[in-house]
Amino acid sequence: MNKYDIVIIGGGPAGLAAAISAKKNGIDRVLILERDKELGGILNQCIHNGFGLHTFQEELTGPEYAERFISQVKELDIDYKLNTMVMEIDREKKVTAMNREDGLFDVQAKAVILAMGCRERARGALNIPGFRPAGIYSAGTAQRLVNMEGYMPGREVVILGSGDIGLIMARRMTLEGAKVKVAAELMPYSGGLKRNIVQCLDDYGIPLKLSHTVIDIKGKERVEGVTLAEVDGKGKPIPGTEEFYSCDTLLLSVGLIPENEISGNMGVEMNPVTSGPKVNESFETNIKGVFACGNVLHVHDLVDFVSQEAAAAGKNAAAYVKKEHTEDGAGREISLIPAEGVRYTVPSTVNAARMDEKLTVRFRVGNVYKNCYVSVYFGEERVIHRKRQVMAPGEMEEVNLSRAQILQYPNLENITVKVEEDETNGSKESDLH
Amino acid sequence: MYDIIIIGAGVSGAGIARELSRYQAKICVIEKEEDVCCGTSKANSAIVHAGYDAAPGSLKAKLNVRGNQMMENLSKELDFAFQRNGSLVICRDEEELPALQTLYERGLTNKVSGLCIWNREEALAMEPNLTDDVCAALYAPTAGIVCPFELNIALAENAYMNGVEFKFDTTVKEIKKREEGYELHTDKGVFRAKYVVNAAGVYADEMHNMVSERKIHITPRRGDYCLLDKSAGSHVKRTIFALPGRLGKGILVTPTVHGNLLIGPTAMDVEDKEGVNTTREGLEQVLDKAGLNVKNLPMRQVITSFAGLRAHEDGDDFIIEEVEDAKGFIDCAGIESPGIASCPAIGEMVAQMIRDKMGLQEKKDFIPTRKGILKPDTLSREERNALIQKNPAYGSIVCRCEMITEGEIMDAIRRPLGAKSLDGIKRRTRAGMGRCQSGFCSPRVMEILAGERKISTFDVTKCGGESQIVVGNNKDIL
Repeated sequence: MNKYDIVIIGGGPAGLAAAISAKKNGIDRVLILERDKELGGILNQCIHNGFGLHTFQEELTGPEYAERFISQVKELDIDYKLNTMVMEIDREKKVTAMNREDGLFDVQAKAVILAMGCRERARGALNIPGFRPAGIYSAGTAQRLVNMEGYMPGREVVILGSGDIGLIMARRMTLEGAKVKVAAELMPYSGGLKRNIVQCLDDYGIPLKLSHTVIDIKGKERVEGVTLAEVDGKGKPIPGTEEFYSCDTLLLSVGLIPENEISGNMGVEMNPVTSGPKVNESFETNIKGVFACGNVLHVHDLVDFVSQEAAAAGKNAAAYVKKEHTEDGAGREISLIPAEGVRYTVPSTVNAARMDEKLTVRFRVGNVYKNCYVSVYFGEERVIHRKRQVMAPGEMEEVNLSRAQILQYPNLENITVKVEEDETNGSKESDLH
Repeated sequence: MYDIIIIGAGVSGAGIARELSRYQAKICVIEKEEDVCCGTSKANSAIVHAGYDAAPGSLKAKLNVRGNQMMENLSKELDFAFQRNGSLVICRDEEELPALQTLYERGLTNKVSGLCIWNREEALAMEPNLTDDVCAALYAPTAGIVCPFELNIALAENAYMNGVEFKFDTTVKEIKKREEGYELHTDKGVFRAKYVVNAAGVYADEMHNMVSERKIHITPRRGDYCLLDKSAGSHVKRTIFALPGRLGKGILVTPTVHGNLLIGPTAMDVEDKEGVNTTREGLEQVLDKAGLNVKNLPMRQVITSFAGLRAHEDGDDFIIEEVEDAKGFIDCAGIESPGIASCPAIGEMVAQMIRDKMGLQEKKDFIPTRKGILKPDTLSREERNALIQKNPAYGSIVCRCEMITEGEIMDAIRRPLGAKSLDGIKRRTRAGMGRCQSGFCSPRVMEILAGERKISTFDVTKCGGESQIVVGNNKDIL
């Protein structure tokens, strides 16, 4: 059987950054298993720019951003297999995969890094009623058809959901000659980045209808139109607000779900809020030596943060292989608790004995907050109280914890991250959720 | 001139074609859609009912029990998925116990074997996720579940192997009685046959009424369903029915043969014979009512919803007979539930009827078996690797949710009566039927389909007709 120190599942942005980091941290035997025909993952179809502002202080396209990492993988002589599907991983980190040349084969790893990314929520998850004709695509599928294959999925488009891929596709479809009539969003706020609303909808005069959803799809063979309606505070359509839009295409950009079927089957414990694994400060799951990073862990807005997180996971996996980690039992496992407006945190636990001097804790809020504070409590004591002008579910937030500070609290059990309103003028934009 | 033309390639038409293909006769199946299994047969509960439900003495009762008995052997002969998982009818109200008892006794009259009534404790012990309100349950061990697509496709493929012709995309517009037999005027020309079998599903009344003065009437009765992810598939082991009450049969909860969980259907009479659109009210009803008999249903796991039309005839029974004022025209109409369970028996009954009338002779070379699409995940690792070595397409996963390989998709396209559309591939292989609902695999499946069928990508459709997936090249109208 093939043996590797670290096997990385997925050759997208997370897998590439993790592999490079592991190699640079002294691990020689690193293998990337990628199911697609090339490295780079979903970046390959993201031909718009705006990638890499944080990492390279440049605006790159998706393929350009990926190429910077792919070339490093090649320079560092990291092994990878393309067109290779991982079928399962057992608790002893035996990875079973399949491709055309090798058939079904096993690779024994000392450490595994999960970097499978995410998939798009489909129509069924929303129970959108109506017919089931051709012309209904998730935004990412349409993006692949247009950007990779050069095909137009349709001419007249309605978009449901305001996730970033949907917004990006509103602009792309317009540039390729389609008429994008409207984008509808169930929630009273957008699910995507503010910059994408401006650059992809506003700049092209495409209206965004908040608190609206699709209540019917017409057309038996190909989509002929959809009916939108306004929804009340509970997401129920309000009678009398129905509006019919004739179109041949409905794009769905209604959320992303981490792809954790392999992780779940091997016994990795999940966080029901993120649908990703629960990890500690080292991005390690409940199974020792199994790490997770990128969109398989929690869905990100910006690839730069995926790369950062994955580099940390790669470094920690390298430390695990080299047995550099402090003995089990050293230090305290401190729980990170999301509360009052904070939906989740990554990581879920932190141990000062293993952490670096600084740890970035990422999280999302469950609503739009204006002039509020992000607060961090060590036990009962507030140690961080940081003013934020606007926070929204579509934009990932972060706070930094310091090792030195945590060590000052020897009996600390819980660290709570919450949103606090300004005593005078803070406000929550709506009560929906 | 054909000896026999069968209108409709659903489970009834295909079942009849397969049974008739035992005999020396020139047979043709005419189907208005691009594939088999495109109407009522593709969107239903896929239950092989035990047979306690239908009125004693009815054709439904007789053919259901007979079909149920035949299904297991048929599934082996024709290589389709069938599981005898058993069913439970749940009684939640002490006052309705007599109704449960009545159902039990009707089952005995219909000669359903193995029926028994479980008390609350027995029921909960066997199905821990039943509602806490359960007070008793009728257990029918002979009930089963089947893959309706595979069943229908297997029957049709076997009929085809035995010489039956199939004409797709062919709509019957007019039927004329002639000196000998009938003349069928279609959008693809005129077909003549000595005998005509009307297995036209929700359109069977229109076909019948073209040749008979004794009119029949079929109401499309729509049922909405939700399908849940495989992670929810073991929530119940058996098919869980509500006690048929004033509000009808109610919403069932059942595992599928592929390991998903299916809930539904509603019952809504509609005008449109193509009206398979789900509605908000229908889907809400499914989600609300399913929870009455089964608790803790993971509704967040819904991966798709769909609706099907039952072909409900006013007389509330199957109509399988030679039309009195149209000799040589055999109705197979009003085939609603338990139609899936009954289809093997319907095929047998109609074939024998026609054999006797026409004096057909059995073929010497009838092939009773058919092999389905090879499923690599049923092989040992050694067998699988040998297969990949011989044909590397079996090493390439196209549908990552259902883990379907390129080899299976190519088989689905190349085999007799092969797939011509994305839906055809989906129903044959399950590619695109998983949790991402074809988001990832559809561009790849389109490419394979275009390559195999030597057609342009612009002619690849979801389900035939005008259901093209892509409409042009980037910027082509700028």
